[in-house]
Amino acid sequence: MKKLSLEELPSKAKEIRRDIIRMLAEAGSGHPGGSLSAADILTALYFHVMNHDPERPKWPDRDRVILSKGHGAPVLYAVLAHVGYFDREMLGTLRKLGSPLQGHPDVRRLPGLEASTGSLGQGLSIGIGHALARRLDKRSYYTYVLMSDGETNEGQTWEAASAAAHHRVDHLIAILDYNKFQLDDAVHKICDMEPMVGKWQNFNWHVQEIDGHNFRQIVAAIREAQEVRGKPSMIVAHTIKGKGVSFMENNNHFHGVAPTQEEAERALQELA
Amino acid sequence: MDKKLGPATRDAYGETLIELGTQDPNIVVLDADLSKSTKTAGFGEKFPDRFFNMGIQEADMVGVASGLALAGKIPFVSSFACFVACKAYDQLRMSVAFPELNVKIVASHGGISVGEDGASQQSIEDFALMTSLPGFVVLNPCDTFATKALVREAVRHKGPVYIRTGRPKAPLLHNEKTLFKIGKGMRLKEGKDVTLVATGLLVFEALLAEEKLRAEGIESSVVDLHTIKPLDRELLLEEARRTHAFVVCEEHQIWGGLGSAVARLLVQESPIAMEFIAIQDTYAESGKPEELFQKYGLSASHIVNAAKRVLAKKGRVTV
Repeated sequence: MKKLSLEELPSKAKEIRRDIIRMLAEAGSGHPGGSLSAADILTALYFHVMNHDPERPKWPDRDRVILSKGHGAPVLYAVLAHVGYFDREMLGTLRKLGSPLQGHPDVRRLPGLEASTGSLGQGLSIGIGHALARRLDKRSYYTYVLMSDGETNEGQTWEAASAAAHHRVDHLIAILDYNKFQLDDAVHKICDMEPMVGKWQNFNWHVQEIDGHNFRQIVAAIREAQEVRGKPSMIVAHTIKGKGVSFMENNNHFHGVAPTQEEAERALQELA
Repeated sequence: MDKKLGPATRDAYGETLIELGTQDPNIVVLDADLSKSTKTAGFGEKFPDRFFNMGIQEADMVGVASGLALAGKIPFVSSFACFVACKAYDQLRMSVAFPELNVKIVASHGGISVGEDGASQQSIEDFALMTSLPGFVVLNPCDTFATKALVREAVRHKGPVYIRTGRPKAPLLHNEKTLFKIGKGMRLKEGKDVTLVATGLLVFEALLAEEKLRAEGIESSVVDLHTIKPLDRELLLEEARRTHAFVVCEEHQIWGGLGSAVARLLVQESPIAMEFIAIQDTYAESGKPEELFQKYGLSASHIVNAAKRVLAKKGRVTV
């Protein structure tokens, strides 16, 4: 698969965002805010960083992405379609009966998925499993876990945080889509997780803090994380919920409400 | 019959795990700081690279097992039954059952025969929880031979399997040559009047009951139903059509256990008179296993009384 250059990533991310809007408007339900906030991170991973092959989704040496924030499925589906795992036409079937594009990822139904997610807090543990298997099999792949800030409320996240550090799990790179909102309201109003960076440091992770919409920073942080040995790596990516559509940015109405046709048209004009 | 005690079923599991680990490098084992009790510690000593003590974090342990299975490993996950089944239920649902992964849960300290540790450590809900997970196979071996054979069978079966093992020494009822197959119950005695369907430690109690009933002129079949799910329809229906009277015996809460499952099958296919030996919607307490079986209605004398009750009803149930 041909990788894109750093300079080509922003326009690809814009295409991804357009498809997120289109598929959610067509579906009539789903989660725009957290899909848009993660679009740049996933675009950088699949089009620039990762070692993978859409023709061989089960290739044992492939890098893996686990979308722990399963409600962000639209952005992952859009990226997987654009990068060649399945036909883009299929994006229009999101959330429809019989579609492989389930409301939340179902690993049995769609090539390119690495886990079934949707109950928050479980992806990091699954990522540890992939990374331990890598170590046993002496392979060199990386496991990326894309997490939400909301799911750091979950106790299992911190079980996994301590276990990964204790078992010295490397080749495990967690990226936190820190868009500062969860379903009901701002994270600091529901269950404040600050100091976020300090928490991961205290759990003995290698931690970096970046702007999750700056491709240069995203790629540089991942490259640094790849070199870490003997501990897991966390990239706290500061992002904007709804990024790229003015009326969705930091507007938590769009956490779990799809755009109307009229809103979708306005959004697509902005993303033209 | 004489009570010949063998090793606890958890010991049989620990031994078999080492045997399987030697044969298959893909077998990995996870425990949540109970490896000396669940008996996975031996595997850990023999294969330290493939043994992961996750600490006291059942939810994370099941998630890690999910990732290992997705990457092609065959994870065995162990803790006490009440902890792995209850604390990690959502992880078993979401990260194992839903993606249909090849994860084996072997949970020790099932039932109230845990004894002195008391109700917090006694799992009486695990059959209900585990059978409700789509695609899960649920096993409950009664002795060391059954455990060894069924743990091996669990590896041959591709998909999620839950096996309950027990804390106390278990009476020997089978032998090395006995053949065990997932989903196939075993008729240990054949009689015409009543069928005693039992699982786990209650198979021995059912055999004792059979003896007492025989002394009173009542002939019973005794079935060791080591597989709670899937049910052995063929054997159960054959028995139902022959004796028309069942007593289903389990070391489990009466709601949602083996009794419910067998009753559903028979109501649909061949309604007959039934009685149930199970824990009556309560938590138990500290005590010796025999005392607890006596107090909570799981011993042979309770099965005898239930058999008499079901015989009195038999014939009054219309098909």
